[in-house]
Amino acid sequence: MTLPFHIVKRPYMKTYQQVIVRLLAVLTAFAVTSILMLLLKKNPGKVLMALLYEPVKNGYFLVQTIKLAVVLLIISLGIGLAFKMKFWNIGAEGQIILGGIGASYFGLFHSDWPIYILLPVMLVASFVTGGMYGLIPAYFKARYNTNETLFTLMLNYIALSFLLFLQYGPWKGANAMRPEFDNFKKNALLPSLSSSKPWSDLHIGWILSLVMVAVVYIYMNHTKSGYEISVVGESVNTARYAGMNVRWITLRTMMLSAGICGIAGFVQVSGNLKKLSVNVAGGLGFTAIIIAWLSKLNPVVMIVASFLFSVMSKGAGFLEYQNISPAASEMIQGIILFCVLGAEFFVNYKIVRTNREVAK
Amino acid sequence: MQDCILHCFFNFLIICDKGDSVNNVLFELRGITKLFGNVVANKNIDFSVREGEIHALLGENGSGKTTLMNILSGIYTPDSGTIIINGEEVTIKSPEDAIKLGIGMIHQHFKLVDVFSAKENIIMGQSGSIRQNQKNLTREIEELSNRFGLNINLDKKIYQMSVSEKQTVEIMKVLFRKSKILILDEPTAVLTPQEIDKLFEILRELRDDGCAIVIITHKLNEVMEISDRVTILRKGESVATVETKQTNAKELTELMVGHSVDLSIERPVVEDKTKDVLQVDNLTIFDEDGVKVIDGMSFALDGGEILGVAGVAGSGQKELCEAIAGLHPVAEGSIEFKGRNIVGLNPNEIINLGVSMSFIPEDRLGMGLVANMDMVDNVILKDYKRQKGLLLSRKPARKTALKMVEDLDIVTQGVQYPIRLLSGGNVQKVLLGREINSSPQLLITAYPVRGLDINSSYVIYDMLNEQKKKGVAVLYIGEDLNVLLELCDRIMVICGGRIMGMVEPKDVTIEDLGLMMTGHTYSQILAERGTGK
Repeated sequence: MTLPFHIVKRPYMKTYQQVIVRLLAVLTAFAVTSILMLLLKKNPGKVLMALLYEPVKNGYFLVQTIKLAVVLLIISLGIGLAFKMKFWNIGAEGQIILGGIGASYFGLFHSDWPIYILLPVMLVASFVTGGMYGLIPAYFKARYNTNETLFTLMLNYIALSFLLFLQYGPWKGANAMRPEFDNFKKNALLPSLSSSKPWSDLHIGWILSLVMVAVVYIYMNHTKSGYEISVVGESVNTARYAGMNVRWITLRTMMLSAGICGIAGFVQVSGNLKKLSVNVAGGLGFTAIIIAWLSKLNPVVMIVASFLFSVMSKGAGFLEYQNISPAASEMIQGIILFCVLGAEFFVNYKIVRTNREVAK
Repeated sequence: MQDCILHCFFNFLIICDKGDSVNNVLFELRGITKLFGNVVANKNIDFSVREGEIHALLGENGSGKTTLMNILSGIYTPDSGTIIINGEEVTIKSPEDAIKLGIGMIHQHFKLVDVFSAKENIIMGQSGSIRQNQKNLTREIEELSNRFGLNINLDKKIYQMSVSEKQTVEIMKVLFRKSKILILDEPTAVLTPQEIDKLFEILRELRDDGCAIVIITHKLNEVMEISDRVTILRKGESVATVETKQTNAKELTELMVGHSVDLSIERPVVEDKTKDVLQVDNLTIFDEDGVKVIDGMSFALDGGEILGVAGVAGSGQKELCEAIAGLHPVAEGSIEFKGRNIVGLNPNEIINLGVSMSFIPEDRLGMGLVANMDMVDNVILKDYKRQKGLLLSRKPARKTALKMVEDLDIVTQGVQYPIRLLSGGNVQKVLLGREINSSPQLLITAYPVRGLDINSSYVIYDMLNEQKKKGVAVLYIGEDLNVLLELCDRIMVICGGRIMGMVEPKDVTIEDLGLMMTGHTYSQILAERGTGK
């Protein structure tokens, strides 16, 4: 017996059709979530409201959401560069931590410098420390062809341990009772464009992130080095054949990728947390992997995706008022991810009814 | 019009032929249709094969031969149509079903486990084979091989075997499963002429034993030699089924292509050649595993000449090309391009000197082109480095791409579509067109017509001849010995990384080339010829 349906490959799908497919996937995810909530005897409307609307309901909440989105966006940009080269950089966490440490060195010990010198120095320091940390796996990949996924992942734990060492040891703050880093002085904090609440809390990190989107976009699409990244990502053999120095491109790209993640660490310590802390990365490096992937590595799309993920993360807090564990938010994120990635199948294939009649 | 008359004529033949058929029809495909997206791979195909017959399935690449046979062997399910075996309608959902029905397919790329012995490969997949009596099994296999003259050492591991031996194992595997229907997909592609003769002998034995054999091919001379009947497919449709005895190569080509074609390849004479554009001296190369793949090779190549390289796949062709292009380290010897030793230069420096390589590996897109990029980005690949500044300008490349589409008749929806959507012939044109566009002085091209239809192949030959006339030195790594004999000015035959002979086409036969490919030197052949006469 033949099956009543079978799968066939689809020809090239137009961009707008792909967008529609993905939007439908998100709606499907919400539908599945609603069913789950009904099973839990919760009002799905209220849950989705809390998750999607509360975080943007008023200025105070919105500012918090944007601040998180800014950091997620910067990390996604960094990861996206490496992913374009098919270098699976799972080590954003570690690179954020190292970037945060690099920035904090100047933030903590050179806070007497004027702000217009100190902040740029912190920015560069975070880029360099983060980037150097990314160079380690890149070197071993280029030289010995090690597996970068495992390598970068392991480096995350080393970075975290190093941060803890600083916290309990040499960089322990003034509070004798608890091992903590000192708060940054005003000089070392990212300023805000507005002086009135709630917008005074919104530091200029958002401008930085948008500038970086533009830079990364141009770099990826309109420069020679960006072109090289795509070729290496598609086929190392072709890159070699075209006379590209694959090792150098690997090192350079990974330095950039990790450096940008390092800058996210700077925005975290100097903007969001206002001090160095063990929560400087806090899983953002993993969330950003999902964002980069769902955005298809397109920097402009990352703006939207980062904001949405930020909304959902913040929305998780509001779920508690509905007596739902914030873990539900992660579950919903998982469902969305599953649906959107699953939708890729429908971009490439379609299901058709088997024609049982013999063609005459 | 002419086409139509031919068609009627062949239909008539088929009708006659049904009248006096002696053997029973073993299997039949009726109205098979298979679509891949918008592409019609098979359209309403009828195909039947009798017991004790060798039936050739002839058609150009992309005409749907392999798809049709994959449907029969359970790899694809048809969108519509029926399969009838021994008079009964059957449904084949998986290769397992096909095996149970006695259908055995021998794929172009062998499906064998390298580290297992021939025997282990043959009995693999038999239910309960582990507990079966090893002695009985061995005896059974030996009986088979005696019956059909399949000589093979059953305990030899697959990775130690030659291509021809591996193929024999594949055939034994199928026979051991008691298959009555054998399908061979391009079985001669990787064999030398002598090995082909041996294979054909085996196939004839099997035919006389009552098997139904389908041989998929696009080589006309083989069809004429081995088959009893031929079915010709064109663009997914069955054009005709004819008795081999009642047709000839020219007719078959016309049926296959759809119009009359001139099968001869031009070989223009170039008067003023540039001497020794490329000079390879005592070249020795090891592969990644430390195996010597090029062993003391020396030859010279003039501008305005096409030098063909013949050899069994894996005789060092790939490494030779890569070494010249600076992609593979050289252990010993020198490669001089216009008097300058280029060993040790990086690929970029070699490209800048005017050496151009269009290497088509087995997967065609693996080296040279980026499948997911559009034509513009692929055209830009070789010269983007010459652009000044950091930014990349796509405008000139876009112009070049559009010009290439026009000049070379590249069929594409537009230069902004990923080239993986192009057909094989068009991909090849993009690759060769780009290389030629950089006006090279040395053009290395490996298997440029692999997988192309006849028309596209001739376009490629013309392009190469055009370059030759311009005084470019062309190194042509080829597969089809007939083409090598017609196209090239000289042919270098290699075996195991060594040159067995540097010959002119007029001095040798295809059999001579075959002997050299398997390790006989040209002087040996000359000596034998001398004593023979």
